[in-house]
Amino acid sequence: MNAGRAWIPLLLVLAATAGCGDSPDARQPLTKLSITGSSTMAPLIAAIGKRFERRHPGVRIDVQTGGSSRGVADTRSGLAHIGMVSRALRALEQRDLVGTPVARDGIGLIVHNTNPVGALTPRQVVALYTGGMTTWRPVSGKDASVVVVNKAEGRATLELFLKYFHLTNAEIRADVIIGDNEQGIKFVAGNPHAIGYVSNGAAEYALRHEVPIKRLPLTTASAPPAAGHPAPSPLARPLTLVTTRRPPALAQAFIAFAASSHVHDLVAAHYFVPLAA
Amino acid sequence: MALVLLVFFAGLLGHLLWHGAAGLSWELFTAPPRHAGRDGGIAPILVSTGLILGVCMVTALPFGLGTAVLLAEVTQRRSWTGEFVRRSLDTLAGVPSIVFGLFGNAFFCVTLGLGFSIMSGGLTLACMVLPILIRTAEEGLRAVPREYRLAAAALGFSHASTVCQLLLPAAVPALLAGFILGLGRAMAETAALIFTSGYVDRMPASLWDSGRALSIHIYDLSMHVPGGDGRAYASALVLIGLLLVINAGAMWAGRRLTAQWILVA
Amino acid sequence: MYTTWWPPITLSHSRRDQLLRALLWSCASVAGLMLVCIVAFLILESAPALSHPGWRRFFTDAAWHPTEDAYALWPMLAGTLLSTGGAVLLAAPLGIGTAVFCQWYAPAWLAVPCRRLIELLAGIPSVVFGFWGLVALVPLINQWQPPGASLLAGICILTMMILPTTSLLAQASLAQADPDALRAAAALGFGRWGTLRRVVLPSCAAGLLTAGLLAASRALGETMAVLMVCGNVVQLPSSLFDPVRTLTANMALEIPYAAGRHRSVLFVSGLLLLLLVISLVGSATWVRRALRHV
Repeated sequence: MNAGRAWIPLLLVLAATAGCGDSPDARQPLTKLSITGSSTMAPLIAAIGKRFERRHPGVRIDVQTGGSSRGVADTRSGLAHIGMVSRALRALEQRDLVGTPVARDGIGLIVHNTNPVGALTPRQVVALYTGGMTTWRPVSGKDASVVVVNKAEGRATLELFLKYFHLTNAEIRADVIIGDNEQGIKFVAGNPHAIGYVSNGAAEYALRHEVPIKRLPLTTASAPPAAGHPAPSPLARPLTLVTTRRPPALAQAFIAFAASSHVHDLVAAHYFVPLAA
Repeated sequence: MALVLLVFFAGLLGHLLWHGAAGLSWELFTAPPRHAGRDGGIAPILVSTGLILGVCMVTALPFGLGTAVLLAEVTQRRSWTGEFVRRSLDTLAGVPSIVFGLFGNAFFCVTLGLGFSIMSGGLTLACMVLPILIRTAEEGLRAVPREYRLAAAALGFSHASTVCQLLLPAAVPALLAGFILGLGRAMAETAALIFTSGYVDRMPASLWDSGRALSIHIYDLSMHVPGGDGRAYASALVLIGLLLVINAGAMWAGRRLTAQWILVA
Repeated sequence: MYTTWWPPITLSHSRRDQLLRALLWSCASVAGLMLVCIVAFLILESAPALSHPGWRRFFTDAAWHPTEDAYALWPMLAGTLLSTGGAVLLAAPLGIGTAVFCQWYAPAWLAVPCRRLIELLAGIPSVVFGFWGLVALVPLINQWQPPGASLLAGICILTMMILPTTSLLAQASLAQADPDALRAAAALGFGRWGTLRRVVLPSCAAGLLTAGLLAASRALGETMAVLMVCGNVVQLPSSLFDPVRTLTANMALEIPYAAGRHRSVLFVSGLLLLLLVISLVGSATWVRRALRHV
């Protein structure tokens, strides 16, 4: 009957897990705030949440990811108290939701750092992205085919890019389509002839840590790019926290904290732009 | 060709070692993550991973063994139901993990009300590894010589005791192989866990808390946290190390169990 | 030929045995039920897209721009089939080869570490494969033939991912070869290769097929790694170096940011994938039956 002994540990584990089930959720005044949404914002909001927890003992902030749409859907359905949306709210969403921007994230063009091209005009960017220009030669670059990196359908950065350059996604002739910013940076860093657009924060960090990419400023005929501090890019999106029209008090307190100057250092540490106070 | 592949694998492991070794330290195993995981350790994440795997295996093993015994020892060759179960398992094995994740989110988190929790994640993973567990266990049981069953029947053993005391112990090595394969699959899973066990990197207080698994941590660090690569590599090394330990442990247990069983027999 | 063991119709009516059978059937029904639930879930979620724009459009539309009312899923179906097919074509012979080597040719001191290594590789997360593919493999292919992120990169990564599973399952089925048949072969003076070719491999054909099948379905369902290395452009590739998007990558890339009809169409990709797996399983059953009659 020795074989029976093999099952003893299993039973013990079963008993132990059953024991864990006895701790029911506290249904007292809200102490656990659940936040879901944009994966770009999640690391920042989680850090803000930790600081908030330290100031309000007993409160727990649970941050989940799954994308901006998930943030909107879960806030509507009540699954989450707060949603993270890495863009401005659409008109349809503003009917039943309230958005509060907590930071901004710019978008910039990046190329490999061996690419001799120094700057592009919007017209040239459009030509590169729509197949009107297939090598780098016409913008005094190398005689090599351009590898155009575009973002996947539905991403806020794509929307912003298309709107800024007056394009539709159907017009773009992409060679590679990516999801997240880091994927774009890693791809461009490994490909000397690629061009892509990513979140400025992510690009900034990569630049400072010797990833072989460089940012490509946009020029217009009238104003050449200023050296040093560039003007705030028009290609920027607000990082927004959304709630229903009547959020719980704790959610309001958290949003107020996240939008305050108490967290500007965290915003900067995640390479986003704090909102002017 | 095999050599080319070997080079690929060596390249992969070497790459991980080269970039990850610097991040390995005592702090990694004892401290909570700081700055979104760029600094600090992965202690809570290791605990969450262990709990998720525990829930997964505790649920999947009984169901898996039960179904495997049924397929190998009870259903007849032309049994329609047996074939149906087998085909459903083969199909389940091919369901993409992201579908499991979305399904787990809808079913365990929302319908059953478990929310983002280690429980939901473990149960979702259990659904995923079930086909692997069952198929390997079934093959293992079939590999037990027919004479064992005949002898047991001749001695008047009930079917139940034949299975529990003779066939399952005899198939232990195969069962362990399946266990390891399933555990490896569960440990490597990302897409199914993002929507179920979640993203919270705090030390979990119970199974009803959300907890971040190691593979999600690696994914988040490499894809969403600028400058997370170093810790991502180190975490990947830890994950591989864990797998090695589990493999060795299972092998040791297997050898002991088999030895014990032979003594009794 | 060695025949697989099938239990006889049991004559036992003891209370314990009836209890055992009831228990086992309830375990098995959970597995069956789960599949039914998942299928129902997928159909429910994709229902809006199936009623409008309707399934025909997924195969006749010219492009995939779900926010601009173009819903071509067929290029992604092709992408999935090509990448999986390529990976299985590479991984099946290699996997069976390594299994034969470990089980039959390698001395014990080599076979055991080999097995451990393969088990280890089976547990590496797909994210790690994808990550490595993105920073090492894609730039390598890029130097050879831009853009690098391509069908070829996808096939390479998938092969690496499914090879360990294939090899382990193949080893498990090789280990089952009937010892009597092996002794008989030895008595007849068959060499190692002869035994393998004439006795072992034919008797294990069904098991090897299962191994290949599980590997193929794993490759069909793989998401993260493929997403990172394949380039994800929705098009019918004209060469190995063209980027492709698979059905799984389509879901993973767009579901986090999709809503309404767009989201529903993405679930159709999941449904399509499930149909693929079911037809694969069906054809494998058919082949297995044909093998049995040989």
